[in-house]
Amino acid sequence: MSVFNQSRQNVIRLSFAIVFIIIVARLFTLQVISSKYKIMADDQGKFRKVIYPDRGIVYDRHNKVLLQNATIYDLMMAPTKLKGVDTFALCKILQIDTAQFNKKVVDLIIRNGRTRPSVFEALLSDAKMAMLNEVMYKFAPAFYLQERSVRSYPYDAAANVLGYTAEIDTNFLKKHKDEGYVSGDYAGITGIERSYEKVLMGERGIEYWKRDNKNRLTERLEKGKFDTAAVAGQNMHTSIDIELQELGEKLMQNKLGSIVAVDPRTGGILAMVSAPTYKPKFLSGSERRKHFSELFLNPANPLLNRTVSATYSPGSTFKTLQALIGLHEGMITTDFRVSCSGAFYGCGGGNPMKCLDKGTFDLRGAITISDNTYFATVMQRVINNPKYPNVDSSLAAWDRYMYAFGLGHKLGVDVPSEKRGNIPTPAQFNKVYGEGRWNYCTFRSVSIGQGEVDVTPLQVANEMAYISNKGWYKVPHVVDSIEGGDKFGMLKTFQEKHSATDIPDSVFEAVHDGMQNVVDKGTGIAAKIEGIAICGKTGTVENYSRGIKQPNHAFFCGFAPRENPRIAIMCVVENSGRFGGTYAAPIVGLMIEKYLKDSITDKKRLDKVEELSKLNLIPDRIYIEIKRQDSLRHSKDSAYLIAKNYIKTIKDTIGLEQDDETDVLDKMKRDKDSTVKKELPKKDNNDSLPVIKAEAVLPNSKKKPEPKDTVKN
Amino acid sequence: MYQKNKEIGKGIDWLMVWLYVMLVAIGLLCIFSVEYKLGDNVLQNFLGFKKEYSKQLFFFGASLFMAVLILLTDSKFFTATANLGYAFGVLLILATFVVGKEVGGSKSWIPLGFMNVQPVEVCKIFTSLALAKYLSFIEPDFTKTKSQIIAAVIAFTPAILSILQKEPGAAIVYFSFGIAFYREGLPAIYLVLLFSLVILIIASIVVPPNALFLALTIIAAYFCYLYRRRIKRDKNILLVIASAWVLCVGVQKFLVPALFDKVLKPHQVVRIFSTFGIDDFKFSNKEREAEIQKEFSKLGTTKKGTGEKVESYNVKQSKIAIGSGGFWGKGFLQGTQTRGEFVPAQNTDFIFSSVGESFGLIGSAILMLLYFGLMFRLIFLAERQRSTFSRVYIYCVTGILFFHVALNVCMTLGIAPSPGITLPLLSYGGSSLVTFTVLLFIAIKLDADRQMVLR
Repeated sequence: MSVFNQSRQNVIRLSFAIVFIIIVARLFTLQVISSKYKIMADDQGKFRKVIYPDRGIVYDRHNKVLLQNATIYDLMMAPTKLKGVDTFALCKILQIDTAQFNKKVVDLIIRNGRTRPSVFEALLSDAKMAMLNEVMYKFAPAFYLQERSVRSYPYDAAANVLGYTAEIDTNFLKKHKDEGYVSGDYAGITGIERSYEKVLMGERGIEYWKRDNKNRLTERLEKGKFDTAAVAGQNMHTSIDIELQELGEKLMQNKLGSIVAVDPRTGGILAMVSAPTYKPKFLSGSERRKHFSELFLNPANPLLNRTVSATYSPGSTFKTLQALIGLHEGMITTDFRVSCSGAFYGCGGGNPMKCLDKGTFDLRGAITISDNTYFATVMQRVINNPKYPNVDSSLAAWDRYMYAFGLGHKLGVDVPSEKRGNIPTPAQFNKVYGEGRWNYCTFRSVSIGQGEVDVTPLQVANEMAYISNKGWYKVPHVVDSIEGGDKFGMLKTFQEKHSATDIPDSVFEAVHDGMQNVVDKGTGIAAKIEGIAICGKTGTVENYSRGIKQPNHAFFCGFAPRENPRIAIMCVVENSGRFGGTYAAPIVGLMIEKYLKDSITDKKRLDKVEELSKLNLIPDRIYIEIKRQDSLRHSKDSAYLIAKNYIKTIKDTIGLEQDDETDVLDKMKRDKDSTVKKELPKKDNNDSLPVIKAEAVLPNSKKKPEPKDTVKN
Repeated sequence: MYQKNKEIGKGIDWLMVWLYVMLVAIGLLCIFSVEYKLGDNVLQNFLGFKKEYSKQLFFFGASLFMAVLILLTDSKFFTATANLGYAFGVLLILATFVVGKEVGGSKSWIPLGFMNVQPVEVCKIFTSLALAKYLSFIEPDFTKTKSQIIAAVIAFTPAILSILQKEPGAAIVYFSFGIAFYREGLPAIYLVLLFSLVILIIASIVVPPNALFLALTIIAAYFCYLYRRRIKRDKNILLVIASAWVLCVGVQKFLVPALFDKVLKPHQVVRIFSTFGIDDFKFSNKEREAEIQKEFSKLGTTKKGTGEKVESYNVKQSKIAIGSGGFWGKGFLQGTQTRGEFVPAQNTDFIFSSVGESFGLIGSAILMLLYFGLMFRLIFLAERQRSTFSRVYIYCVTGILFFHVALNVCMTLGIAPSPGITLPLLSYGGSSLVTFTVLLFIAIKLDADRQMVLR
């Protein structure tokens, strides 16, 4: 019988063959045609571990370390080994209760899974670390410490120059898509940490690991064949003199304002003080978040680098530039004399611009006593120069000088958030007043540095370098050299000499004479130091906040020594009242002495340092604002801030990129003001508060060009 | 005759033996690659009897011992003891109801201290022998219904018992005897019917019930139209068509729903559904639906009704492992999915995925060639037998092997529901390895003695 069924063996063979073909075809589609599974396998089976190099170290001009790396510890928890741990003891050290502890454990397990270790507390403070270290064995292996590198600042100074690093946000990631950042990375947010991020960051290394089904790394992929090694960030040498910086910060304690000192020969910034400031370590390490919100909400705005981000009218310090232009344009000679009978009548009798010292002055004398009428006359002559067909072209010529002096545009300093300031242009006036409907008398107050002109302290310091060098400057900068070479060409621009005008030395000599007289026997006598020829100029700047006149800003700028200048310096003390010579000049004097003589040894001078540092010149409106904030906080508690999303906003601002940080800070301040206003009417306790509207200390564009013909100095 | 058998290797088909050894060796390598951790002392572990590859090596030794014993046994012994052995096997299965140990949800294992034996697995040997014995008696008469029924009873008794033990996967393999039956003259209509039934069941799962009902009715009407002349002459044909229609509709409307409603366990239902990509199921019993939904959501990959295919975690991981192997594979011990233990049960049911990942399409195809080479060689051996007993037996072995390989590989590739059956000779497990060794070596022994006519 079976013989008859013999052919059936072939049917069986055929069906086996069909199944074989189906299987191989399926294998072919899975393994060769479809790429989906390879991607899925890579996703779950491989892990790209980024190895972070050490960030570069930053030195000052005497090779003192300003910024380096330190190790700090994260407390890690492995949930699987949690059984039997003395949680009570741990809670005591960490200052949390058991309920919080349990909640945190559960949260972390939900977030990271049961098998992977999670960060239980990041960036342990030194105190907790000290307590933990001794008893850590009790909590092992469920808890262990993991090293992490943070920035450390050996000196409590130069916070605004050095800047800080923080975790990057999504905006940053979007902007630096192809630079290998991943979320959770740290990057420089302000200061040179930000401008030299590329240099300091170094090159990340990558290790490829295999990962198992519980997300644990098991072994290197192909024994590290694809790995790349990390390259440490480059070290940088700055021109900062940290002792000078410390002195500057000490002198500016209890004040608002700034000091910028530049080496005129190199453009290297010696000191860059913005007051109030903060301890740089506040924004590094364990207490970062807390400190940041404190600093951020502080109405005196310590996070703002006033040296580059605040603009002021230059006041009388501007007069030296008017002299240069007048002389170079041939409108005046050094012997040109103007007499002041009490006011400048060049624009007719109505609303004259007063001068304090009546008499007749030549150029030197006019600079020495800072005569308003003289410089108003000089500028009038420049603007009404018959060489130019109209006021448009003469103002444009005047503007060209100003740009050549480094005003009205960003200098290109290597500290972020630089403002350009403002030099009035014909276009600006045409817009405001209409074409042909303005003349010199419309903006005559510009001649004495009031009105439409705005400068940053850095620009003034640079202007002093320009005058001291007799006609050139190099762009001010913090970083002098980069170890291992300037790979990104970031320092190139700092080598160029800027000398757009060809003003002869004789003209500068005349101006130097006048400026030396200011210090020797004029308004800036407080800056005088025995044995050093200092040239200087005071300024007292009127300013308004929301149309309300505020106490004057005190300005002093200068350079020393007169021959072969080594330091060009500028100091602003905001809303100090009195004159520029009163507060700013002695500060500059001490700074120059410290830098040129290397130390201040005289007992009297040291007492002066202490006296100045204790002197409190913070304007009332700051205190009013602080008081207002406090009462708000008390009444609403911190829940209010959280509800108002402040905590979130703070987080979001970390890592602002290109958009000017100060702008955002301003905006947030305004938001805050408006909420304050909305809240306050419901409260009764604000009746006692003064009428002055509190506002951020930014005496820039918001003020109105009110009548300002009543200017001294 | 005895003179000839003194030499143990005499008449043995060495190709079979080599194929066998190669497959077991590949299996050992795979188990090793799955279990190996960086830094393990390989030699110590291999001898330590702690790791599964070490145990498998031991089972391999035991299997070789069994193989030698079989080769030394007179082949008449197998015919003589076939029925007795079958009775013993069935008793063994029955014994599990009393002394059974629960492994993975089914109480089908007998613990022997050093290893667990699954009688259903072992019983394949006895059933094959018993069927061979029975068919060699009724040789000319497989067309008779009585013979068919007796053969079916012999074949399916262990299967039914194993279903009762909640191990339906093992039961499916007993259908493989159909291949031997077919070769021995079982009318092809049975296989056609069986095949139709499978298709009907799949259709009932995949096609909406009313559409299928309509289709069946139209097919029935079409047949009526086709045979309208003959129906006029013989009303019985109409009756046949009508009863076939009733049967089909019955299967579709009642049997399949009953199967999913009552018989199958929720996880089995989900396995089947997920293979066919069904996620919008409805059950009359709300509790059952909730249970199945719960099982379904364990897969977690997609939401109900999105149309995206839902896969069980195991199958998905297996596909990822195989698919990521590419053409050449990642190399031995280099598979990220295997090393990362992503594929569950990769030592046993899903061992093929480690081959696919490490050795790619080339390796997998070669492995398949080895398996199908083994099967074709078995058919060749079967066909050269003079005794019906030997032929039937070898065909039974071929069928079992085929079912195991095809179902297991298709499961790892995601084209068949996973019934939970092993890949012969490769999967870790003493029970399975010894069973297949014995199955194959009895076949080799019978072939070596093919000059004898066995009854």
